[in-house]
Amino acid sequence: MLTIRLAFRNIMGAGLRTWLNIIVLALVLVMIIWVQGLIDGMREYMITAEINANLGGGQFWHRDYDPYDPLSYEESHAPPSPALQELITRGEATPILVAPAAIYPEGRMQSALLKGIDPTQEIISIPGRVLEAQDGDAIPALIGAQMAKQTKLGVGDYVTVRWRDANGTFDADDVRIVEIMHTPVPSIDVGQIWIPIERLRIMLQTPGEASLLLLRKGIPEIPEGGDAWVHRSLDYLLKDILEIIRFRLVTSRIIYGLLLFMGLLAIFDTQVLSVWRRRKEIGTLMALGMERDRVTGLFTFEGALHGILAVALGTVIGIPVLYYTFATGLPVPEMMSDFGVAIPQRLYPSYGIPLIVGTALVVLVSVTVVSFLPVSRITKLKPTDALRGGRS
Amino acid sequence: MDDRPLITTHDLVKQYPAGGGFFTALNKVNLSIQRGEFTGIVGPSGSGKTTLLNIIGALDYPSSGSTLVIGTDTQELDHRMSARLRNEHIGFIFQTYNLLPVYNVYENVEFPLLLLGMNADERDRAVMQALEWVGLTDKVRSRPNQLSGGESQRVAVARAMVKKPELVLADEPTANLDAENSHNILRMMVRFNEELRTTFVFATHDEKVIAYIRRKITLNDGMVVEDRETKPAIH
Repeated sequence: MLTIRLAFRNIMGAGLRTWLNIIVLALVLVMIIWVQGLIDGMREYMITAEINANLGGGQFWHRDYDPYDPLSYEESHAPPSPALQELITRGEATPILVAPAAIYPEGRMQSALLKGIDPTQEIISIPGRVLEAQDGDAIPALIGAQMAKQTKLGVGDYVTVRWRDANGTFDADDVRIVEIMHTPVPSIDVGQIWIPIERLRIMLQTPGEASLLLLRKGIPEIPEGGDAWVHRSLDYLLKDILEIIRFRLVTSRIIYGLLLFMGLLAIFDTQVLSVWRRRKEIGTLMALGMERDRVTGLFTFEGALHGILAVALGTVIGIPVLYYTFATGLPVPEMMSDFGVAIPQRLYPSYGIPLIVGTALVVLVSVTVVSFLPVSRITKLKPTDALRGGRS
Repeated sequence: MDDRPLITTHDLVKQYPAGGGFFTALNKVNLSIQRGEFTGIVGPSGSGKTTLLNIIGALDYPSSGSTLVIGTDTQELDHRMSARLRNEHIGFIFQTYNLLPVYNVYENVEFPLLLLGMNADERDRAVMQALEWVGLTDKVRSRPNQLSGGESQRVAVARAMVKKPELVLADEPTANLDAENSHNILRMMVRFNEELRTTFVFATHDEKVIAYIRRKITLNDGMVVEDRETKPAIH
């Protein structure tokens, strides 16, 4: 108790030096939580957006389907097994048919991916209902905003598509762009043309077939897919995104470390100065009967108290600042939409209790350790040397 | 009444490493100081006065020989027990006052009592009494940097006396004070010595202090060259 009282008196008595340290540490604490919250918010958004717009609650893939090998697409389609067909009938799965194609916007050839989807499906958030619109024989097509930008296509435009059917025969037709969807998820946008699955089945001569099935989130039981179909869990499907996130986490850890280092440097500097400049005081404390260990404890606690007060001040500063950014979000520059992952227009940070409490604890523990390092020299200090104010 | 000496040193030697050999700061010092004495250890700079005071105060250890302070052999004390001996029985007064800079006058005087674990009421009474003794009750909230040299040393005296120790060790207590403040401080110490029977041991070469002491132990090159009763010139 005495140590706490004395430490409090000492650091309050140090005036401006104490407050500068506390302010720096409090700002570091708030900055760490803010930056980490933004990264957590981004991570949550990327995963949620990818699940909602692209992945569903997991997928079944045709055994030959490999999203990284376009040459596999032509061979990787089959009718769903009876168990999977049952899921489709119950609305717990929806088929997607994938075919490589070439399009000719403004007379230039570009490769694209034709994706057939059931316009009535509600498993992913693609606005497939627009594909129900019919205008003569033209195939209705839905593209994303980035695809529209790359191909300079707009709503109502026709573009020629060439594909190869299941028999290897090339064919071509015009598709009419009925909608441009604004999605933050590039994996359903870039290089892709969504058309009704029944039209694509006719085009490919693959009646009733699919390349993959999207499952509704939270379906109670995943059936066996049979020989032709392989179940891909969400963990598997998110692997690439989690890898990107992991890479970004390394960056965030470096920022975290740098911010913490700045704060700790201020404390370390103060403690080194304290032990150096307050030697005579240390000697006086010993002469007055304070045990050496207790002096060490006092000085260490003084340092740790900076951390405790910084957490208190950080709470006062942090609550309004963090709440404001949590409530309003931060605008994300448009150029970031080219990064290849789901990027929102406004980024809302995510501040979890573990992040806040964990960061506060990390700051407190680090400050205490950093405070102790220079102070530990006191244990080797002779009272007579300390009283002289000289080196030990 | 306990007639045993308060301080006894026997063949006390203190050497410091210097160059390839040793510098002998104290050389076979034998002393005996009774309770209630008002003693000055005098001698030129480097004669070993402060070293002797530090060893008596358990702030330092002798190289050989022994020191008995208040019945305790200080060589047998570890640093915890030394701290306890200083806390419970010894008051220190330093040349440069050594007040704790962030504490006010009251808190500086209160500090030894906090270490003793005294309760708040007793502490308050003792602090106010000590400040009354030294005439600083109007400065309780002042910080050391707001005090004159004389006032600072009076706070240091109050801090040394607040726990009513058996022994006060004063190292050049008047070296930074003018004549008037020096006499005030010394008269105060004489009063404590007479009224509370506190033993005072000074390390000094200040004639003003020497004028008050009743026993003069002269050190030269770490050896006691003279030890005699004196009649205080000023009382």
